[in-house]
Amino acid sequence: MKKKTYSEKFLLDLYRKMVLIRQFEERVKFLFLEGIMPGTIHQCQGQEATAVGVCAALKEDDVITSTHRPHGHCIAKGLPVREMMAELFGKTIGCCKGKGGSMHMGDLARGIVPAVAIVGGGTPIAAGIGLAFKLRKEKRVAVCFMGDGAANEGVFHEAVNMASIWDLPVIYVIENNRYGASTPVEKVFRVKNISERAAAYGIPGLTVDGNDPLAVYEAARQAVERAREGKGPTLLELNTYRITGHSRRDPALYQPEQEKRDAKANEPIKRFAGYLTGEGIVMGTELEDILKEVDAEIEAAVENAMLSPDPKPEDALEDMFVE
Amino acid sequence: MKRMTIAEALREGIRQEMRRDERVFCIGEDIAIPGGWGGAFTVTLGLEEEFADRMINTPISEAGLFGAALGAAMMGMRPIADVQYGDFLFCAMDQVANQIAKMRYMSGGKLTVPLLMRAPVGVTGRGAQHAQSMEAFFMPLPGIKIIAPSNAYDALGMLRSAIRCDDPVLMFEHKLLYGSKGARTESGAVDASGDIPDEDYTVPIGKAAILREGGDVTIVSHLLMLHHALRAATKLAEEGIEAEVIDARSLVPFDWETLKASVAKTGRVIFVEECSKHAGVYAEIAATLAEEMMELLSAPIKRIAAPNTPAPFAPVMEKFYIPQIDDIVSGVKELVEY
Repeated sequence: MKKKTYSEKFLLDLYRKMVLIRQFEERVKFLFLEGIMPGTIHQCQGQEATAVGVCAALKEDDVITSTHRPHGHCIAKGLPVREMMAELFGKTIGCCKGKGGSMHMGDLARGIVPAVAIVGGGTPIAAGIGLAFKLRKEKRVAVCFMGDGAANEGVFHEAVNMASIWDLPVIYVIENNRYGASTPVEKVFRVKNISERAAAYGIPGLTVDGNDPLAVYEAARQAVERAREGKGPTLLELNTYRITGHSRRDPALYQPEQEKRDAKANEPIKRFAGYLTGEGIVMGTELEDILKEVDAEIEAAVENAMLSPDPKPEDALEDMFVE
Repeated sequence: MKRMTIAEALREGIRQEMRRDERVFCIGEDIAIPGGWGGAFTVTLGLEEEFADRMINTPISEAGLFGAALGAAMMGMRPIADVQYGDFLFCAMDQVANQIAKMRYMSGGKLTVPLLMRAPVGVTGRGAQHAQSMEAFFMPLPGIKIIAPSNAYDALGMLRSAIRCDDPVLMFEHKLLYGSKGARTESGAVDASGDIPDEDYTVPIGKAAILREGGDVTIVSHLLMLHHALRAATKLAEEGIEAEVIDARSLVPFDWETLKASVAKTGRVIFVEECSKHAGVYAEIAATLAEEMMELLSAPIKRIAAPNTPAPFAPVMEKFYIPQIDDIVSGVKELVEY
């Protein structure tokens, strides 16, 4: 990690957001396993640095697309956990009025397209967002988050190629967590790094330690700068690891024990905490204080969501067409 | 007032809308190459000269271009996305069915998708994969409005309504009705041209049109088959049978009021379409009619449609496959004699 070229506030904000994602996911997992929360969930414990590092390089009016595993992206881009928790409980005060749920979490007003839960489905949508910016000569960028699996969808090829030939302000971010559901990446890729595929589109491709928020931030910052200057898209591969199951009660038996132990030792929050204390950026109880504040925010969100009324059943018939 | 074919009317409509509103742009394959075709059926011919930046000529990437249209629409643009042949919509199906149709609903109504999709349909001597009438595939898909104009006046009026609409609209156009000229002329084309007023008129989405009045039987159809129905009605009149001919033209939402009023008058209804009969457009319309308006009927509902096979190539088989004017005439006679 780089030496102190960042402000304390910037570093602690990164840390706070990563902890907020982790604690949110852990609380949601508990609520779900208790049977209190409906639906299904895909969680991102262990992948917090990718979302937070990338979104730290964005402005408020930049736009992201997300995936079936969207909670981290939404928090990192600024969706309040209060609205997210309510959405997970299917409440009208949720960010999608209870019509989206976990897999379609988002709020375009905050630059988050309702999450696209079809693998690879967000890739052309992000290109179109970039196209709108380019047509209107706005200096905004679109970020398309996706998993490693998305790079094997046909539409990925179509979308990245279009973004490339039109120099669209888009950053394609592959969070390589080493498994497409249960299938290890080695079984489905011949290339060593997925970012090598960037060569096929004539754009820069970069593989980065996705568990280091500062490395992610630096890579994203350069890609965003390039996009804002009208020089076109970048393919960023962020290597990370999912330290929870694919969804719901998946015990992830396909992840080898040694690999899991290594991943836990390398998980981003512990690592970043070590960096912050090791570099003398935090001297006192700042990190514990952050954890307490985050937990309190999440508890308030849970309470607020559970106390808020359900939608009327017939609200299901609303919100399809404008006219 | 000017006489125009459907291709000309659509081209003029797109041109005017792009002049009127900077958010409108076209995205599609082979739509903006100087010396090219202006799309497979000449609709966008030459528009790139006036709108160099807003005629987005894409790679052969249907999923990509429909997804890109959605992304731009969500950001406040008003894209017109088209495929060369309706059959290619299947290549874009995730974007159309999972993303475009559902995005506003999933957001809780917080965003809008002002997006017009255009697709040519119809059997035209090209075998099975450039032939399908795609309408019925999209009707069970809540979140998309579906229109199918059969003449130049409606084509321009409905195009304007669709571009100005804040919801996704899918417009089906028939290859034999375009009136495409030059190298893109279609053999077997039917004249669907019309007098186009100079003023900025619109034709609303959701309203059918009664093109011929009659008290004996109601014929409901759209696109090419509507023209067959009108010809059949002329023949029937010579034998003293007065058919009322309704151009459905808006399939979603469907104009139940007009259908109901007509059937209340005639008591007999026959639906004609180029889709396969099995789960075709009018399978749904007929089922609802039977479910909710049975008391209006004095004879069984009749449907005339293509058989449940892919479209064949050989001209003799193709003619057998497509419903013919005489099929409609004899279908109506069966009903009247019931």
